[in-house]
Amino acid sequence: MVRLEAIRLEQVRKTFGTVAANDGVHLDLQFGEVLALLGENGSGKTTLMNMLSGIYQPDGGAIYVRGQRAQIRSPRDARRLGVGMVHQHFKLVDSFTALENIVLGPGGGTLRAARAKIEAMCGEFGFPFRPDQRVRDMSVGEKQTVEIQKLLYRGADILILDEPTAVLTPQESAVLFAMLRRLRDSGQAVIIITHKLSEVLEISDRVTVLRRGRSVATVPTAETNAARLTELMVGRPVDLKISRPACPQAPELLRIQQLTVKNEEGYALRDVSFSLAGGEILGVAGIAGCGQKELCETIAGLQKAESGGILFDGQDILGHSPADIIRRGISMSFIPEDRLGMGLVAPMNIIDNMLLKTFRHARGPLLRRAAARAMAQKIIAELEIATPGPHTPVRQLSGGNVQKVLLGREIESNPRLLITAYPVRGLDTHTSFAIYDLLNRQKQNGVGILFIGEDLDVLLELCDRVLVLCRGECMGIVDARQTTKEELGLMMTGSRLQQAQRGKGAAE
Amino acid sequence: MIRIVKRPEAGRRRNLLIWAGAFVLALLAGAAFLALLGQKPWEIYGMILKGAFVGSRRNPLSAIQATIVKFVPLLLVSLGLTLAFQMRFWNIGGEGQMILGAIAASAFALYTPNLPQPLLAILMLLAGCAAGGLWALLPAVCKVRLGVNETLFTLMMNYVALYLVAYLQSGPWQRTPGFASVGSFSENIRLPKLFGVHIGWLLALALTALIWAYLRHTKQGYELRVAGESQTTARYAGMRVGRIVLRTMFFSGAVCGLAGMIQVAGIDYTLSTGVTGGVGFTGITLAWLAQLNPPAIALAAAVFSILEKGSSSIPPDIMAAEAAQVLQSILLFSFLICEFFRRYAIRWRAAKP
Repeated sequence: MVRLEAIRLEQVRKTFGTVAANDGVHLDLQFGEVLALLGENGSGKTTLMNMLSGIYQPDGGAIYVRGQRAQIRSPRDARRLGVGMVHQHFKLVDSFTALENIVLGPGGGTLRAARAKIEAMCGEFGFPFRPDQRVRDMSVGEKQTVEIQKLLYRGADILILDEPTAVLTPQESAVLFAMLRRLRDSGQAVIIITHKLSEVLEISDRVTVLRRGRSVATVPTAETNAARLTELMVGRPVDLKISRPACPQAPELLRIQQLTVKNEEGYALRDVSFSLAGGEILGVAGIAGCGQKELCETIAGLQKAESGGILFDGQDILGHSPADIIRRGISMSFIPEDRLGMGLVAPMNIIDNMLLKTFRHARGPLLRRAAARAMAQKIIAELEIATPGPHTPVRQLSGGNVQKVLLGREIESNPRLLITAYPVRGLDTHTSFAIYDLLNRQKQNGVGILFIGEDLDVLLELCDRVLVLCRGECMGIVDARQTTKEELGLMMTGSRLQQAQRGKGAAE
Repeated sequence: MIRIVKRPEAGRRRNLLIWAGAFVLALLAGAAFLALLGQKPWEIYGMILKGAFVGSRRNPLSAIQATIVKFVPLLLVSLGLTLAFQMRFWNIGGEGQMILGAIAASAFALYTPNLPQPLLAILMLLAGCAAGGLWALLPAVCKVRLGVNETLFTLMMNYVALYLVAYLQSGPWQRTPGFASVGSFSENIRLPKLFGVHIGWLLALALTALIWAYLRHTKQGYELRVAGESQTTARYAGMRVGRIVLRTMFFSGAVCGLAGMIQVAGIDYTLSTGVTGGVGFTGITLAWLAQLNPPAIALAAAVFSILEKGSSSIPPDIMAAEAAQVLQSILLFSFLICEFFRRYAIRWRAAKP
């Protein structure tokens, strides 16, 4: 079968200041195929796709659309050429209906004409379409569907999806992939940006791998495997196995009793109870915004609880501020999700950031920087932090190095309880594995670790037990060695543990 | 289409070069304005410099001394405000805090004029600092306890302080009936002089070093800088943010109060509504211009007082005082624009080929 070429990139280059985000990128996409664009964070995937959708202009090289040399200067140019992009953050109006959102914008036509046209289109592709549902009442998966329908309605037949599964449950991802396959089969060209290997292998026909802004290889998916792809992505072979060292059962360290926390929108946490022992990693799974942040911050004393109890070594610390907790000598470290907004001071250098927790220890009114300088040098060496030196402001470091500075500082304080929220978010494969190793070493030292995660594969491989949160409620705690991704997925969407097991049993 | 993009952070040497360039550009912009007025710009600049540095034949140092007199309160208030600004607390109340310092010092000058001179000076100094600090504490307490916006509050407090002086002048502290003035204070309250200028300049320079060290090398200074960057980070690190805000605002007001006390005891020898000369507001601009860096503030305050003293000595038949003020504003404004371009660049998108 002769396929038509949808897009071809030749020697595309884009620089920001002195940094080349893309350089010498080659890529080609045919109609009727799904191409995965694989690369680590910071490898230039999103920049490349933003050039196709008219948000950035390349500094060099050529873009061909349908065999014609194209200058894509604006999203409008992209639309005219039939190129549409679904961004990581949806661009929908919450108070409008699905139909209104699809029609919104220049050349949208009347609502009535649009309704018939979209219904016909969705019938053809077998998409669900509920035109009068408001976006604010939709699940994340439904919103994504509307985004895709929006593009198709505008006549796009070259679709780009930027990390589409980052916000989806495994079940929703499966629905999305089914949708993408139908689009492919009806002749559309699809690019899916991702850094998850399992997805690449599941959905794509071919893979183009980016490394440090360059396209290093394009291979048919059927002829490759996860290890080979990782090697291409990272530049050297990587052991993809996360170890889970067995630790002797230590006594209970932390007990959470019926913890209830409210925020502006109602209950952020409701009657959550669990316990954590030293020498174990307890994972917390859940769709984003289901109370993970509140759970961490309440334990750390940064949020007020309505009711419940937080017992650290039998001592109730609920209602204590972080200052109180430190003063009582409770040895706890919290590595927050927002590293530069909470854990670190962005414009200060690494040394001054080391001081954040320890500056009180020095006697007298003056700061003592000598110990902090030694500590900074130690973690720079031990965690291989890429920085010109300890005097560099942390905001000039890359995401992975920022995380290492934070993690390094917290581990240096020898905590007994370590709370980490999305510790590998935004980090490349190599750094992620370095961080899993670091956590495992802490676990072997008898530290109790609460690990808020998003990648279910990682939660299942790294943690001893996994607690699932859904809309602030605990759906159950499962043994990570026994459970499956599907079971976790069902619990994340609101089935209690027993229901999830029954559902699974029925399915088998 | 025009876009504004952030520049990468430049090295120290390049920054110095840019600032030097900005200074030259500011002078050129001012020259353009003077040329428009039909003046010869370089002559006017020459007169400004001469006015700031060269005194009369009888007392050649008088000009420099007058420039230093302008320099001292400007530097002190700017330093005081910097403490608050480093914490991202918008203290617009330098005027009021300075006035309160002046009032408190005046109280001692009026009621205990016969104490031994050194004791009196120390009492006035402490009273001035305490009054300025407490005046600043009120908006800080309201901010910490009730979340009241500090910008408006501190601004409004300026007017309360100003009218308090007006009330004292024509009320309890009035010297001659029918004449709104507290009269001249006893000679005993006057600050001693060093090189012909009251010793306030020594205090101001010492405080520059002290505040620089406070911000960089003390635990309290570290805390206030962390709290200024992010209050959540400060709380996360176990700092008591409320306490830091109160403490820092007290110090900020105290330094402004000190400026008021020095003005009363060093120059005015009386209390009037004009005691601040507007430095509470000029100090805000200087603090930001110098990027909240104490040594740079001293430099900026020096340049500004040279400009002010120098242009005030141009005879009005050559150039009106108002024109001199416009010139000052143009220089300041050009400098601020250059500062903007140091951080941001404007890019024009390429036109369609």
